[in-house]
Amino acid sequence: MSLALTLASRNLFYDRLRFIATLVGIVFSVILVMIQMGLFLGFGHMVSTMIDHASTDLWVVPRGAKCFEDSPLLDLKMRDRIAAVSGVTATIPLVIGFSDWRLESGEVTPVFIVGTDLRDGALQPWNVVGGNVQALSERGAVAVDRSYFDRLGVTGVGSTAEIRGHHVRVVAITDGIRSFATTPYVFVDLKSARSYTGTLNDRASNLLVRLNPAADREKVLQAVRAQAGDAEVLTPDEFRSRSRSFWLFGTGAGAALFAGALLGVIVGTVIVAQTLYSSTKDHLSEFATLRAMGSSNRYIYNVIIYQALLNAVIGFAIAAGLGAVVVQITAKSALPIVITPWLMAALAVLTVVMCVASAIGAIVRVVRIDPATVFMR
Amino acid sequence: MKDPVIEAKAITKTLGRGAGEVQALRGIDLSLRRGELTLLMGPSGSGKTTLLLILGCMLAPSSGEVMVCGAPTSQADKEGLAKIRRDHIGFVFQSYHLFPTLTAVQNVQLALDIRSERRRKARERSRQALKMVGLEQKTNALPLELSGGEQQRVAIARAIVANPSVVLADEPTAALDGSNGKTIMRILATIAHEQQSAVLVVTHDPRVLPFADRIIQIEDGRLVDERSGERERVRMPRSAAFGAD
Ligand SMILES: Nc1ncnc2c1ncn2[C@@H]1O[C@H](COP(=O)(O)OP(=O)(O)OP(=O)(O)O)[C@@H](O)[C@H]1O
Ligand SMILES: [Mg+2]
Repeated sequence: MSLALTLASRNLFYDRLRFIATLVGIVFSVILVMIQMGLFLGFGHMVSTMIDHASTDLWVVPRGAKCFEDSPLLDLKMRDRIAAVSGVTATIPLVIGFSDWRLESGEVTPVFIVGTDLRDGALQPWNVVGGNVQALSERGAVAVDRSYFDRLGVTGVGSTAEIRGHHVRVVAITDGIRSFATTPYVFVDLKSARSYTGTLNDRASNLLVRLNPAADREKVLQAVRAQAGDAEVLTPDEFRSRSRSFWLFGTGAGAALFAGALLGVIVGTVIVAQTLYSSTKDHLSEFATLRAMGSSNRYIYNVIIYQALLNAVIGFAIAAGLGAVVVQITAKSALPIVITPWLMAALAVLTVVMCVASAIGAIVRVVRIDPATVFMR
Repeated sequence: MKDPVIEAKAITKTLGRGAGEVQALRGIDLSLRRGELTLLMGPSGSGKTTLLLILGCMLAPSSGEVMVCGAPTSQADKEGLAKIRRDHIGFVFQSYHLFPTLTAVQNVQLALDIRSERRRKARERSRQALKMVGLEQKTNALPLELSGGEQQRVAIARAIVANPSVVLADEPTAALDGSNGKTIMRILATIAHEQQSAVLVVTHDPRVLPFADRIIQIEDGRLVDERSGERERVRMPRSAAFGAD
């Protein structure tokens, strides 16, 4: 270890109060950025959860559809033409929409119906922890998530309720299929979905198109587009990013999260810059002594940069630990904070950049020292 | 006679501005040679520190030239002057200026670290330098745990560890009592005579006269008198001699 690093660490630890203040600043700022970005990722993840779990190669959606939940109805008259395109193996209508759920107590709560033909299995409930998905094809069968039990007045498989006057019975329970809009998802088969949402037989919210894996995807995509008429044909990736950008940027939610993160960065930089500057000022006579001894400016910068890096490393380690706890706590909430290895790496880089940038003020100050002052005292 | 390691020619220095302007130095010629301990004496305000700063390349003269080891210094920028100090000059300050958070040996080692010397070798050389000033027992002490005389000896070890051609000391004994002051002067004399450095000591202290090879008087920015010193031969084993009494 170079003595510059020793000197840097002693300078830091010598003034414990200032060191703790610096760490609090860094940890606060990193955690703030982490939570904002984690919410951003969690939100982005959540708004595309249905798209992620649909087993389809293409989505035929009404022109201008902004996201999965935004569902003006599609006229299915092009379905036969698309089905006839060579390379297309299945066309599966999907009906979604809001409806009303009447508990046995008589209370009514809104729900979001998701229905496809269960034989095709294009958008079936996943993470099933109770009951049987196959039973969904029975009349009045529904699948709900256990996190909504209270809201729906459900105690488990066999619980009953009414949707728009139709008697329904819970046949399957899922875990963790949550909607960020907090309206519970209710999985049903296609026919029931039509009656619960009042969708006519020649309409659907989306048409899912499966392709022969051996087919030339690009070619088939072009052919399907040609037959889709007014509707738009999107790959899952396209639909996902369209959904995300609508919810994250179209609604301002993403901008708010980024603004919060930016605030965190600014606060952190200002705090570290301030404490590094005052620490450097306290040690000016030592830096002047180094200069008198013939040290290059570079050596002196190293001492300051090492101080900044030590702040960064220790601050980030604490923040990462606390972040892991936050992730655990929010894992089961309506909007989990998602922290990916990439986010962690980006935060580490950000912390280092933030701390090193904060050193600029201190460095500018130290360049101006005059070694001759050492002789005056 | 040996070539001078520092040669100052026709140095003048004006300090301050306007009404506060002071002619601190008014035409000084001075050479420092290896193996010589030179004392610079003079009343307060006569320009001793100013001259030392100029000789040590920490302050530029208003006119005149300072040559260090035969090379002119007037063209060098700040980094260039720092390099000249690094390569040729060791400083000892009246108030020690040790790093309070580093141990004695680390304080010395710092002088080698800024010269990018490898850590292990630097540590060994630093121990040697501390031994030379009689502090081999205190290598791991922090400055606060040392007496003034011991701190000044650490500062001397730091100044000499890189074998500078010149050691410049500004009132190194002013804050010390008689016996500690004597120890410091003895060490500085040894550095001049045995390590063959040029040593210049600024002092008011008549007790140091016996150690000098050369005594220079400065008054009002001019050298007014020069005579050879009356030094006793300092011959003693290198380390044992310098323990504080
Ligand atoms: N920054 C400055 N601005 C103006 N005048 C100065 C400045 N520094 C020193 N002086 C003046 O220059 C003259 C020489 O000062 P210098 O410090 O070299 O004296 P000195 O011989 O070292 O004195 P002392 O024995 O008290 O240390 C003095 O008159 C001092 O007042
Ligand atoms: Mg002085």
